[in-house]
Amino acid sequence: MTQPELQVSVPTSHAVGSEAVIVAKDVNKWYDNGFHVLKGVSMNVYKGEVVVVMGPSGSGKSTFIRTFNALEPYQEGSIEIDGVRIANDLKDIEAVRREVGMVFQQFNLFPHLTVLQNVTLAPIWVRRWPNAKAEEIAMRLLDRVGIAEQAYKFPGQMSGGQQQRVAIARSLAMQPKVMLFDEPTSALDPEMVREVLDVMRNLAKDGMTMVCVTHEVGFAREVADRVVLMDGGLLVEENTPEEFFNNPKEERSQAFLSQIL
Amino acid sequence: MITASSRPVERGAPRVISTGPVAWGRKNLFNSWFNSILTVVLLLILGSVAYSFTTWAFTQADWSVIVANFGNFMTGLYPPDSYWRVWSVLGMVMALAGLTWGALARNQKSLFGRNLLIGLGGVALFFVLLPMTRPYMPHILGALLLLVGGAALGQALGRKFTGAIKWISAGWFVSYFIALYLLGGGPFFGRGTMSPSLFYSIIVMLGGSLVAGWQLASRISIPVIPAWISKTILFLVGFIAVYQVLWRLPYALNLDFGLKSVSTNNWGGLLLTLLLAISGIVLCFPAGVLLALGRRSKLPIVRALSVAYIELIRGVPLISILFMGQVLIPLFLPEGVRPDRVVRAIIGLTIFSAAYLAENVRAGLQAVPQGQSEAAQSLGLNKFLTTALIVLPQALKTAIPAIVGQFISLFQDTTLLGIVGLVELLGISQNLLASPTYLGDYKEGYLFIAAIYWIFCYAMSYGSQKIELALNTDLR
Repeated sequence: MTQPELQVSVPTSHAVGSEAVIVAKDVNKWYDNGFHVLKGVSMNVYKGEVVVVMGPSGSGKSTFIRTFNALEPYQEGSIEIDGVRIANDLKDIEAVRREVGMVFQQFNLFPHLTVLQNVTLAPIWVRRWPNAKAEEIAMRLLDRVGIAEQAYKFPGQMSGGQQQRVAIARSLAMQPKVMLFDEPTSALDPEMVREVLDVMRNLAKDGMTMVCVTHEVGFAREVADRVVLMDGGLLVEENTPEEFFNNPKEERSQAFLSQIL
Repeated sequence: MITASSRPVERGAPRVISTGPVAWGRKNLFNSWFNSILTVVLLLILGSVAYSFTTWAFTQADWSVIVANFGNFMTGLYPPDSYWRVWSVLGMVMALAGLTWGALARNQKSLFGRNLLIGLGGVALFFVLLPMTRPYMPHILGALLLLVGGAALGQALGRKFTGAIKWISAGWFVSYFIALYLLGGGPFFGRGTMSPSLFYSIIVMLGGSLVAGWQLASRISIPVIPAWISKTILFLVGFIAVYQVLWRLPYALNLDFGLKSVSTNNWGGLLLTLLLAISGIVLCFPAGVLLALGRRSKLPIVRALSVAYIELIRGVPLISILFMGQVLIPLFLPEGVRPDRVVRAIIGLTIFSAAYLAENVRAGLQAVPQGQSEAAQSLGLNKFLTTALIVLPQALKTAIPAIVGQFISLFQDTTLLGIVGLVELLGISQNLLASPTYLGDYKEGYLFIAAIYWIFCYAMSYGSQKIELALNTDLR
């Protein structure tokens, strides 16, 4: 048996391929109370691409990206992640979740485990890696997000920015094909936003496929390949960052930008 | 009103913070005239109570009921010539407790702090000085020695082997059945005795057959038939075959180590109380956790059954469940199959406590934020791993005070078994105090057992505080 490769493999050049990692077609979702939250949203995300999803609160943007790893079920349309359709089959859903990393607004670190245990948990229990290998890779990832020296602390002893960086490392440890960021900086104190965005910027530079829901205009301008505006459960505009921020096509986009810029 | 342009804060010399008992008393007891009066009045009341109690305890009270019957209080009608078996059990428990303590505290610099040594010395002195335990002094000192020696050994083992705690836990598990055998005695696999057959049927017979069936099903497959049917058939074949062999083997072997059989009718006192409480606690905990998970399950039948069980049991007083266990269960079972009365009592206590424990655990489960299981699922953990590794540990941690509270009330509820004829600590006291020799010694007897109950309940409460502290991972 060959030893599995010991590196955190992400492509080194930031080249957007033509291979679609996420294909969402005409996705419709209703909440249990009948509210129509996603009204036929379609979007493709290609390998190595960074897509920033913006929009006012209640526009369905968080719900939309949460359907990509089946945290939110949808009723109509189809979502394929790397060729696997997210339907009701639990096996498929777990297979998809192994390939999709997710970073939450509230970090959601496991408070009863140390930082290192947080990062190694899924590789050990899901990927069935030996402890030593999982810990080696975890330490490398923690080093990459700049908190290797705090590996034996508990999340409750760290600042919000540090916790969010641990959360990013925890997702990366599963070597996902795509990373989803659900407002990763919204719960942070202003002085900690930057350290998290820096980590995300480096990740994008290394060629990770990313979908980010964020209000950080600077980050979107600099890093995104595409910016998407959602409003009222609809995808309003899809554009390059330069065009979107300087010369938006839609009236709704102009109104939104005038609010936040 | 304070405005933004208020004058700079005047800083005098820092106040001298005085310490010591006088300063403490001035700050906490005599900080106003009203509190001073309260303090004086309360001190007078407390002093007079303490004075009259001490006078009574040392001049009027007749402690002979306890001194003469110490063995009965501790073990009921257990035959005195077999007391060594009870002492062996105590020794085993003490040694294991020492090992556990040493292994858990392996990273502390010194195992025996000053306070701890004083405490141990105090306990030893207490037993040496008191007249009622003086005959057993060597035994008690030996048990303490085992505790201390076990702790030292446990620390050494814990530092050397990472898996030490696992082995010690296994030791606790096995020790329970060894204790039952030591107390019950009789032929090792005899039908009349409770202990070895219980251990044998649960661990060896059931476990062995399950493993055999599982191994058979995973190693061999029958062609043509669908996999799940062939697996089921092979599992059942393996299970039944091994079960039959293990069922008949012991009777063919006819093992007997020559320990005299002591019927559970003769088990009593603190020994029986502890046996009932520990068995009930150990059994009701997993049952309660499963019920709590069942009540939150998305499967409608599992949920309905859990809710029905919990609500039904919580609607019935414990005493009626215990009566049912002692009186009704034998009526339903076929002739010859009659669980021991101690086993029936344990089942009754477990059934009752599991329902309450389930609600405590459920409260803990609800306190775990939704984001925790979302994060675990988004990492690819399945439902089982999410529950076992992420949700349950946090839920149990939150629920520790409530769970221990339930354990304490289970411990105290064992007193109800006196009513259905088991002579546990309260039952034996009532029997002793009813005898003409000790007429009028109620106060002494009940005070004594109250102290015993308090010691064990407080120990549980103290232990739970320690565990909570050890598991607190926030801002340490």
